[in-house]
Amino acid sequence: MWKEGSVASLVAIQTSVFWNEHQPPFRKRKDVYAGALKGCRNRYKQVCSLEIFQKVFSTGSLFWLQLLNATGWKMSKLKSSNLELDLDRPNIEDYLHTDSIQEPLGKLRLRDLLDISPTLREAGGAIVDDSFTRCFKSNPPEPWNWNVYLFPLWCLGVVVRYGILFPVRVLILTLGWIIFLSCYIPVHLLLKGHDKLRKRLERALVELICSFFVASWTGVVKYHGPRPCARPKQVFVANHTSMIDFIILEQMTAFAVIMQKHPGWVGLLQSTILESVGCIWFNRSESKDREIVARKLREHVEGPDNNPLLIFPEGTCVNNHYTVMFKKGAFELGSTVCPIAIKYNKIFVDAFWNSRKQSFTTHLLQLMTSWAVVCDVWYLEPQNMKPGETPIEFAERVRGIISARAGIKKVPWDGYLKYSRPSPKHRERKQQAFAESVLRRLEDK
Amino acid sequence: MGSASSTLTQYDIEDVQEHCNNLFSQQEIVSLYKRFCQLDRTAKGFISADEFLSVPEFAVNPLSQRLLKMVDGLNFKDFVVFLSAFNPKASMPQKIELIFKVYDSDYNGKVTFKDIMEVLRDLSGSFMSDKQIEDVLIKVMQEAGYNKDSSLLLDDFVKILDHPGLKMEVEVPVD
Repeated sequence: MWKEGSVASLVAIQTSVFWNEHQPPFRKRKDVYAGALKGCRNRYKQVCSLEIFQKVFSTGSLFWLQLLNATGWKMSKLKSSNLELDLDRPNIEDYLHTDSIQEPLGKLRLRDLLDISPTLREAGGAIVDDSFTRCFKSNPPEPWNWNVYLFPLWCLGVVVRYGILFPVRVLILTLGWIIFLSCYIPVHLLLKGHDKLRKRLERALVELICSFFVASWTGVVKYHGPRPCARPKQVFVANHTSMIDFIILEQMTAFAVIMQKHPGWVGLLQSTILESVGCIWFNRSESKDREIVARKLREHVEGPDNNPLLIFPEGTCVNNHYTVMFKKGAFELGSTVCPIAIKYNKIFVDAFWNSRKQSFTTHLLQLMTSWAVVCDVWYLEPQNMKPGETPIEFAERVRGIISARAGIKKVPWDGYLKYSRPSPKHRERKQQAFAESVLRRLEDK
Repeated sequence: MGSASSTLTQYDIEDVQEHCNNLFSQQEIVSLYKRFCQLDRTAKGFISADEFLSVPEFAVNPLSQRLLKMVDGLNFKDFVVFLSAFNPKASMPQKIELIFKVYDSDYNGKVTFKDIMEVLRDLSGSFMSDKQIEDVLIKVMQEAGYNKDSSLLLDDFVKILDHPGLKMEVEVPVD
């Protein structure tokens, strides 16, 4: 009975979401095929209908996947994901295995010295496409090849989303805040003496407001695995797509999280409410901060009364198709690491917060005017550092577990390269390989 | 073609295609345009050196500074022409011309001993001393029939480098 109901709702959401996926043509950028209208009308029609057919077919196939998944059938991966995998492989191996480049044998000649084509090829490849920028690409809105019957339906969708859903959600959120503040402020001020009770109530209230937030975007979150419990000497790590990751996890368990201090209203919330749950702040731009933060982390983990600690080791928001390298800070605390994998369903809305392009407020508004935020959260088996494993290897192993569970790819780049240049040691490694091969071949006669 | 955020019409694509001698298909040009717009974050119509260097794979390349001099400030048409040397369909002389331009940093049509040494220095970094580079270069140049004072022209480069093993192919991903 429940399954049929969920299937029916999936059908409803799927159809309506197909409309949501396509943005209006009220943008300055005309797409290629619209421009072709000026030149070759026939070609436009042919291309346009092919595009529409592919869109419908691909959405249709995704719909069947959802349907069958809901009824418990296992499905093999879609063809498109295999294509993406092949595209990824050459780049990663190029980076990781620089010493496996085949060494041509024989005497060193002028031709070999002048031939810089492998290096140029790598540079050209990086200009054309690179695995790092791909991690931060948000889903571009597809050009809407609208016909007579699709446009009105899309318009109806917009009216429903902005006119009906959005006000209802704002109402729910406001209600939630009123309830939360009217309970939180008294509890915080009046129960100063009874710490244990106060903490318990504050935890419950934070979970409540997070549930209201999730409801305000019609969040459909499926939690898999055993719920986290508060024990000392354990940290939780998760992949990071947006600040809403924290809200989604917080609604189930009141975590203490380590975050970058933000400006504006978010900062205000951070310093008042989240402080009570035990959050730790850091500043990305301060390097001295690292030792202080490491010490705070260790103290928090060892305290038996503190809320379980949640860390996002990527250090930055990634677009939920890839994971960047995990920072080792969470893995050298000497405690058990419990991985959490989060995967958003992109059909419904792209939950990736591209902090370079939009503020958090805009991001929230975008979520509130979409149909739903659908995601899966997996609480995975706690991991301990194996004997002889370095923290970096441990971090990579956990990243592998999370990526495998969420079905996303790994990329060997540090997330902070968003803000800074790569360290010279990568270039030096290439230079060293070149120098050594030249000198070696010089000696071969 | 105006600023990068402007439209890419069928006429524009055909114009660009003509400019690069039909080496790229129309779909590849559309892909390259998307990539150009992605890299040109402030929509100026060209990609600045800083924006190129924000691609870590490019920044760690030993020849990145030399290539930057060649690609900095190019508009989209010239960007495609630059990348056409990496097309599998590009002719061998075209690829060798790109290599020649990387060496010939002062664009005088001649590559001197000093130019080659500078490139080798970029490629080997601090792992080979200047003396070592000079010795190696003198030795191989003598074996090829050149000496320290000779300067190489494009024809010489074609003569030296033209062999089937020279592969400089980059595939443009087409969604």
